[in-house]
Amino acid sequence: MMALSRTTLFGGVLLLAGVIGFALLPGFVGGYGLSMAINFLMFAILATAWAMFSGPSGYVSLATVAFFGIGAYTVAVLGERLPWGAVLLLAAAIAFLVALLVGLSTLRLRGVYFVIFSFGLAELIRQVVNWYESTQAGSVGRYVFLDITQEQIVWQLTAVLALLFIVGWLIERSRVGFALRMIGDDETVALHCGVNITLIKVLVFSLSAAFMALVGAIVAPRWTYLDPSIAFNPNISFQVLIMALLGGARRLYGPLLGVIPMVLLFEYLSTHFPHLFSVLLGVTFLAIVYLVPHGVAGLIEGYVQRYRKRFPGKRAESDIPKEGAL
Amino acid sequence: MPSTSLARALLGIGACVALSFPAMADDLPESIRIGYAVSDTGPYAGGAGTTITPNYKLWVEEVNKAGGIRVGERQLPIEVVAYDDRSSSEEAVRAVERLINQDEVHFVLPPWGTALNLAVAPVLHRAGYPHLAVTAVSDRQQDLMDRWPRLFFFLSTSSHYAEGIVTMLEELRESGEIEGRVAMVNVADQFGIELANAARALLQQAEFDVVYSQSYPPGSQDMQGIINSARQQDPEAFLAFSYPPETIAITDQAKTLGFNPPLFYTAVGTAFPLYKNRFGDNVEGVLGIGGVDSDSEVMVDYIERHTEMTGQAPDLWASAPTYASLQVLQQAIERAGSIDHEQVVAEMENGTFDTVLGEITLDGRAYWEGWQVGQWQDGVFRAIGPSDREGAAEIVLPKPDWR
Repeated sequence: MMALSRTTLFGGVLLLAGVIGFALLPGFVGGYGLSMAINFLMFAILATAWAMFSGPSGYVSLATVAFFGIGAYTVAVLGERLPWGAVLLLAAAIAFLVALLVGLSTLRLRGVYFVIFSFGLAELIRQVVNWYESTQAGSVGRYVFLDITQEQIVWQLTAVLALLFIVGWLIERSRVGFALRMIGDDETVALHCGVNITLIKVLVFSLSAAFMALVGAIVAPRWTYLDPSIAFNPNISFQVLIMALLGGARRLYGPLLGVIPMVLLFEYLSTHFPHLFSVLLGVTFLAIVYLVPHGVAGLIEGYVQRYRKRFPGKRAESDIPKEGAL
Repeated sequence: MPSTSLARALLGIGACVALSFPAMADDLPESIRIGYAVSDTGPYAGGAGTTITPNYKLWVEEVNKAGGIRVGERQLPIEVVAYDDRSSSEEAVRAVERLINQDEVHFVLPPWGTALNLAVAPVLHRAGYPHLAVTAVSDRQQDLMDRWPRLFFFLSTSSHYAEGIVTMLEELRESGEIEGRVAMVNVADQFGIELANAARALLQQAEFDVVYSQSYPPGSQDMQGIINSARQQDPEAFLAFSYPPETIAITDQAKTLGFNPPLFYTAVGTAFPLYKNRFGDNVEGVLGIGGVDSDSEVMVDYIERHTEMTGQAPDLWASAPTYASLQVLQQAIERAGSIDHEQVVAEMENGTFDTVLGEITLDGRAYWEGWQVGQWQDGVFRAIGPSDREGAAEIVLPKPDWR
């Protein structure tokens, strides 16, 4: 148990340092730095929330933007009518419920069927919103006039990311996390071991959806104007997927290792090769899939294991308790 | 002794500060840095590549060829920093922040479309930059201008264009050329809905017989259903409040199905060079948004320069206003004799400008004198409405048969 609490402690210190760092950031950087921080935090939350469900369970979801968009639209519709805290809670709650309903009916799908379904879900919600706005609300665009500064967006996203890490950590070491990993390894075996697979899957799926909606809600005031194609832009789902895969979805901190280089790369490409962005991005994706199939986290773990094999003496103190955390 | 040296140091610092301030006010940069992020990729790329980017390039090249913008005693060339916002609001916001904070550009030119202009408006407002939102069209224009005091509009409002076509129909009914059966369809997107709502209300108010009214989702390509349904009602005027992809699809399929009402109107995209290239002589008689006064020499000259420099003809609705907005910026800087934003904005608000649209003013920070209705006549998209304004051509009625 000693070593486990040591890793936990290490994680806790890192988290605290991260929170303090981002909380103080607005004092040091200008508008552009904040903008980068927002971009980073946004994808960090989305990718981590995505991996919280999809990593251990192996269900690859392309529905990220569906929940992100639900959050953004909650703000567009209710932002000026309710206090901000209530809007955020409501955004998370709506996404949770939608994910619950959708999950109950569809998480029985497996493999590629689930991937296609989740992509379809995002499109479906977009079309429903489009239909509602054009026929019932009488206008497809919505204006979001909320005086929320960039600093406040950074702080809110930092808080959500910290919360997500705590929740993710709690899930990982709980029975729910264990059951989810079991589902990922072999769903039939899990079922035979008495795991209520549907409940577990739907619960974690909905929880991750709630976090995605929070991001959409917090970021929406930045754009002033929302329409369904902005809020439900499928690119977000793909970017989150590739970031999480690059980082490694089987570890809680994995996606973060993918978000950092990808956000920097996106920025570098759009600054220096604005007109070749899509081409270079495609090349990068191919390179990632071929060269780092298990993600950066997998790469690091591979090195650690090789190191341990070479120096078996070190093994005893740090490795054994870690088995419990796997 | 220590206090003396401290006093001397303070004096020294004071002198430096005092010296550097007036120097800064006079000290102009070597060039005027102008930045823009427009959609080179993504769904807005078609609109941006037709209306916005060619004009930015044309203007920069022409100004630099002439030696630059005159500021006070000096001629300053333009230096450009350009990014691609990939049709994404978040990218647009970040790109403009990058332009302002990292590249430290002196002026930012707007992106294409209402959504992206509104996304970057708060950023430009916070940084105190003027914002000439040329391709933004919103019925909440006044509201937005109240919110952001350095925001300018050039293409009026959606209702304004709906008024244009309905007024034209009223005039035709009065002169007995039509009885008043109107079919209308619209794209279920912001501009399409605003246009359709305004048109529907005005048509009802003027007691027109709206025989068919239908909306369709953005990006629809199969228009045969609605065209056939509209045709069954035998309308005299067919109004499609459409976006460029469907403007092409509707025209194409109406031609195939042989649906040829006396008045055939498609909205955005009708004025694009692409439309003329695609349909050739069949564009004859088609009505749409925008139009140009083909008797205006500056306009004819502008179209020639645009075609020559960029290899494509301008969009005959929003291209000229885009170019005019750049002329406004240039003349405002020259008159202010400074690149100070407040002074330039003050000039923009109060001045009269010599542009490709003729002499224009931006009273109340918006240009209202644009053409509402145009018609393809002899291969030119000529302005016909408002019909009482100087430069308006006579409408050709009925539309000739498809060939």
